[in-house]
Amino acid sequence: MESLMIILVGILVSVGTYLILSRQMIRIILGTAILSHAVHLLILTVGGLKKGGVPLLSQSDGPYTDALPQALILTAIVISFATTAFLLVLAYRTYKTNGSADFHELRGMSDE
Amino acid sequence: MNNLIVLPLIIPIITAVLLVFLRESIMLQRIISLLTMIAVSSITLILLNIVQAEGIIRLDFSGWLPPFGILFVADSFALLLVFTASIVTTICLIYAFSTIGNRHEKMFFYPFVLFLIAGVNGSFLTGDIFNLFVCFEVMLLASYVLVALGGEIGQLRESLKYVLINVVASWMFLVALAYLYGTLKTLNMAHIAERVAEVGQDPLLTTVAILLLLVFSLKAGLLLFFWLPGSYSVPPAAIQALFAALLTKVGIYALIRTFTLMFPLDQGITHTIIGIMAGATIIAGCMGALSGRDVYTIATYNVIIGVGFILIGLAVGTESALTGAVYYLMHDMVAKALLFLLIGMMIYLTGETVVKNMSGLIRNYPLFGWIYFIMMLALAGIPPLSGFVGKILIGQGAIEERAYVLLAIGFASSIIVLYSLLRVFLASFFGETTISFEDRKPIPKGAYVSFCLLAISIIYIGVGAETLSVYVKDAVHTLVNPSIYIDAILKEGA
Amino acid sequence: MKINDVILRTVVKGVVFIILTLGVYLFFSGHNAPGGGFIGGLVLGSGIVLLYITYDLETIQSKMPFDFKKVAALGVLLATGSAIGSLYFNAPFLTQTDGYFNIPILGEKHLSTVTIFEAGVALTVIGTLVTIILSISEDE
Repeated sequence: MESLMIILVGILVSVGTYLILSRQMIRIILGTAILSHAVHLLILTVGGLKKGGVPLLSQSDGPYTDALPQALILTAIVISFATTAFLLVLAYRTYKTNGSADFHELRGMSDE
Repeated sequence: MNNLIVLPLIIPIITAVLLVFLRESIMLQRIISLLTMIAVSSITLILLNIVQAEGIIRLDFSGWLPPFGILFVADSFALLLVFTASIVTTICLIYAFSTIGNRHEKMFFYPFVLFLIAGVNGSFLTGDIFNLFVCFEVMLLASYVLVALGGEIGQLRESLKYVLINVVASWMFLVALAYLYGTLKTLNMAHIAERVAEVGQDPLLTTVAILLLLVFSLKAGLLLFFWLPGSYSVPPAAIQALFAALLTKVGIYALIRTFTLMFPLDQGITHTIIGIMAGATIIAGCMGALSGRDVYTIATYNVIIGVGFILIGLAVGTESALTGAVYYLMHDMVAKALLFLLIGMMIYLTGETVVKNMSGLIRNYPLFGWIYFIMMLALAGIPPLSGFVGKILIGQGAIEERAYVLLAIGFASSIIVLYSLLRVFLASFFGETTISFEDRKPIPKGAYVSFCLLAISIIYIGVGAETLSVYVKDAVHTLVNPSIYIDAILKEGA
Repeated sequence: MKINDVILRTVVKGVVFIILTLGVYLFFSGHNAPGGGFIGGLVLGSGIVLLYITYDLETIQSKMPFDFKKVAALGVLLATGSAIGSLYFNAPFLTQTDGYFNIPILGEKHLSTVTIFEAGVALTVIGTLVTIILSISEDE
């Protein structure tokens, strides 16, 4: 199961990387979203995939499931939700003001 | 347990939220935000003195004992940085009152500055590496908004790149955390340090350490600074000063914490890499500062040189080098804030950004000119100003460790810093004035107050280094003996 | 161009109540089962966004005259307020407490201050979600 998950993470990372390397804003943002999902799965996997155990130490004699990866992932999901939402709004405004969603046309510092 | 530790994080957050409801009354927003920052600074000062008396204190959130819960740890190093950051923010706020303009103030400028400082203080104080990630994100989200606030073409374009770079960096941070958790099964920084010491720093852990190095380097602008000049040039001066003073310093703090506390064992690899990166950063920063024709380029590359110089202290890693790094960190926060505020004022007065188009400012604004002069000398490291103590101690450490190349690069960079800033001084402040005495714009009083306060801080850090040395010594003592930090967290809880 | 959205409007009138109820259910079930403030807030927020999509901005804003930025701020205030409440009792920051109370009609119920924290989270999520959607759609 773990190897399957790691392969899935690998696929997601490569998809995300491919999207990030493109020039279109919206693809890049989708790429970051996919990357963050990949790392959430990674945290879940390296935390150990166990079924059936309870996460509370006083509730049974074990084996216990580690609940911490889930808490970490929830936090990371909230943060990536906020960042992605902000990025989308920012990208939209940039598109409106600059008239382009292509990063190739958004280069340059002093040529206002 | 001492609930005071959480106040530098929670007071700014609560005030920021209250200010959202006071959107229309700008005067009230200014007063409240200023009072908040003064309160945070004084609380930190109190905490700093408590730590001197009682040793490291910690606060276990909701009573979960380490290593299970999230906790805040207050040692001298963190508190010194929180204190400096809060003071600098207070002064930048004073500058912002007279310059930032109504439009920004109504678009929640003050709440976001307070969120930024909450994230910065949280990053300094936390004792849990995942919590460090969360505080980083609080700080970064506020900074994303502050870069884009105003919505001009350049701002939107640069902020998009800034956000994307940081999203990718945060992603790598999470990957590093995943592997760290997978190998060590803990995220408490002291507990990580203990387990690393138990199992030895095997190649897998060194890889995780290098991944963390990469992440923090991106945030600190250590070698991976390509995003920095663009995004630091677009927002208004008060925000630039905050960024230059705080954001890269949080990355540096994280680097120092990681490689003195958690992964100090494989110095042959990690500290060599840091040394090479620091040297390369300084060289690249010097090239940028020399080639720049507009003040923004010169100032942003000076930030990069500063980052490289502080990390020489970490790369060398002796007690005196780390003492120098702590002094230089504090100096750099104050001096870089002043640099950016002064440059913002120069641009406001002349309407120009290119150095050679400005001229003769010192005739109309003598005090302004001399404050620039003081700041320049401090950044170059001339005694008795603030840069001197840090430079001399880092230099001493480098000689002890026979790191002569880094020493040469570091001290050569002082000359370049002096040259690049002197060029601005000679071209823009001396020479024929282009604006007649009658046509000149007055400098707002609030701006003068903030310049003077920062200049006084610079002189104080230099002249009063002796009074600070109690705190700095304690901070470095903990840095070179991580067992003090580990015991303070794990011994009582066990 | 005005599209014919009779079906959408009719369906939404019924469905929106189901969505909002589900949101409230998820919010309360979060204490011992999957759910909680974040998820409940997301469902409630998407219910509100669905209303905005089906009817136009003005109609909904006249019926629901909230500034969603302030809703988010109120949420953060509630969450941090419940966290620093513990400072008053000299307990570590973020300490939560719970207990069993006998409430008329409902009988003995388990109440916890975590619910206040969760309510703060839910309000924050609703506030930010709707603010984001509105800030994109407003300038069309």
